[in-house]
Amino acid sequence: MGEIDTNPDAAAASQEEISAEISALHQEYEQARAQGAPEETSARLNFPPYRSSLLRHPTKSLHHADPEDIELHSPAFGHRDVSPLEADLTIQHGGEPIGERIVVAGRLLDAAWRPVPHQLVEVWQANAAGRYIHKRDQHPAPIDPNFTGVGRILTNAAGEYSFTTIKPAPYPWKNHHNAWRSAHIHFSLFGTDFTQRIVTQMYFPGDPLFELDPIYQSITDTAARKRLIADYDHTLSQHEWNTGYRWDIVLGGSNRTWTEQEEQ
Amino acid sequence: MDLKPTPAQTVGPFFGFALPFDGGEKLVSRSHPSAVRLHGTVYDGHGAAVPDALLEIWQADEHGRVPREEGSLHRDGYTFTGWGRTPVDSTGHYSFTTVEPGTTRAGTAPYFLLTVFARGLMDRLYTRVYLPDSPHTLEADPFLASVPERRRPTLISQRDDQGNLRFDVHLQGEHETVFLSYPNTPQVTGPVDD
Repeated sequence: MGEIDTNPDAAAASQEEISAEISALHQEYEQARAQGAPEETSARLNFPPYRSSLLRHPTKSLHHADPEDIELHSPAFGHRDVSPLEADLTIQHGGEPIGERIVVAGRLLDAAWRPVPHQLVEVWQANAAGRYIHKRDQHPAPIDPNFTGVGRILTNAAGEYSFTTIKPAPYPWKNHHNAWRSAHIHFSLFGTDFTQRIVTQMYFPGDPLFELDPIYQSITDTAARKRLIADYDHTLSQHEWNTGYRWDIVLGGSNRTWTEQEEQ
Repeated sequence: MDLKPTPAQTVGPFFGFALPFDGGEKLVSRSHPSAVRLHGTVYDGHGAAVPDALLEIWQADEHGRVPREEGSLHRDGYTFTGWGRTPVDSTGHYSFTTVEPGTTRAGTAPYFLLTVFARGLMDRLYTRVYLPDSPHTLEADPFLASVPERRRPTLISQRDDQGNLRFDVHLQGEHETVFLSYPNTPQVTGPVDD
């Protein structure tokens, strides 16, 4: 790669250059797939168009480990940890936040369709102007005094989660010149096994920034990428109150009780 | 048929107001008779400290029992939940106060499971932090034996003069930490650099 600027705030490359790099990597993957290379079901740790990954991805292969007892379990969370009120991000302050009120709901499953009950889901996001309550985010968009953008939920016995929030806006970042992130909500998830731990981002359907966003595009597989996009679900919308999005989350397979059907 | 897994995305730079919580790094009180400090620094491929990483440890208790107790997010000061989370500080340094894990299986060496998140890191990385004091146990451990000898030291913490455990994380480079993959856990490294 040689001359790429690894300063995360350099904003040196143009969108055209970044898009060309993304396109080349995707084409390379498609060609490898056509010749029998394995399907990539997650994001690449090494994805140069996302400049911050350059110095922060391992260059050596991950070392295979058989999970031992601690890896076959996850920490337990309960009502001591999470109040039901934390599932509504619109009631954390004295007034109503500005923006489009939405409900996001779905199921937390493992690869074998088993729901993951009573487990912690953490979400965080920018506000309706694309601004985070974080001192590193200083771009000129307004803070909403009625919106922090942090929620916690415990999945129910059927592995379902639901929370109420404001639809976040896209925001600029400095990966390259005039770079904008697709609108997203961050999710942090636990499974039954600690090896299922995942942090990811949920996106909204039809976002025009998808093609331009190297974080989203770091998933080289088109079908895998689409798994991060929620569906608009009118059954979650409520009369004169909110619109709704549904997003099911699938964790990697559990090793604890995994017996049959290896992944294909 | 199996469901395909949801892909990971980076924790990003803006997790500081959301994921860290009060007491996250303190699995036990400092006054606990077996309290030990596990600390170190996270480095990138140029050897620069990473100021925006988030670390989690998950561990057995002193007797090798896997905790099943709730309450990590609001610790009561008495219950050992086995799980902790902390952001690194502006110099890339992290610190947990905990107890040393006991072994969960005869013939294996005890370890903390350490999980690393960071801006620039598209998916979490797992590693194991082994205790340094029993060379025979480490030598007999089947997993450690599977790691090339040259890289094995990256998985073993060091004991300093005060009895603290020191464990640095190198995301990349000459001293790159051994990171782990597990069966059924998708992770895509992409083309290897060299």
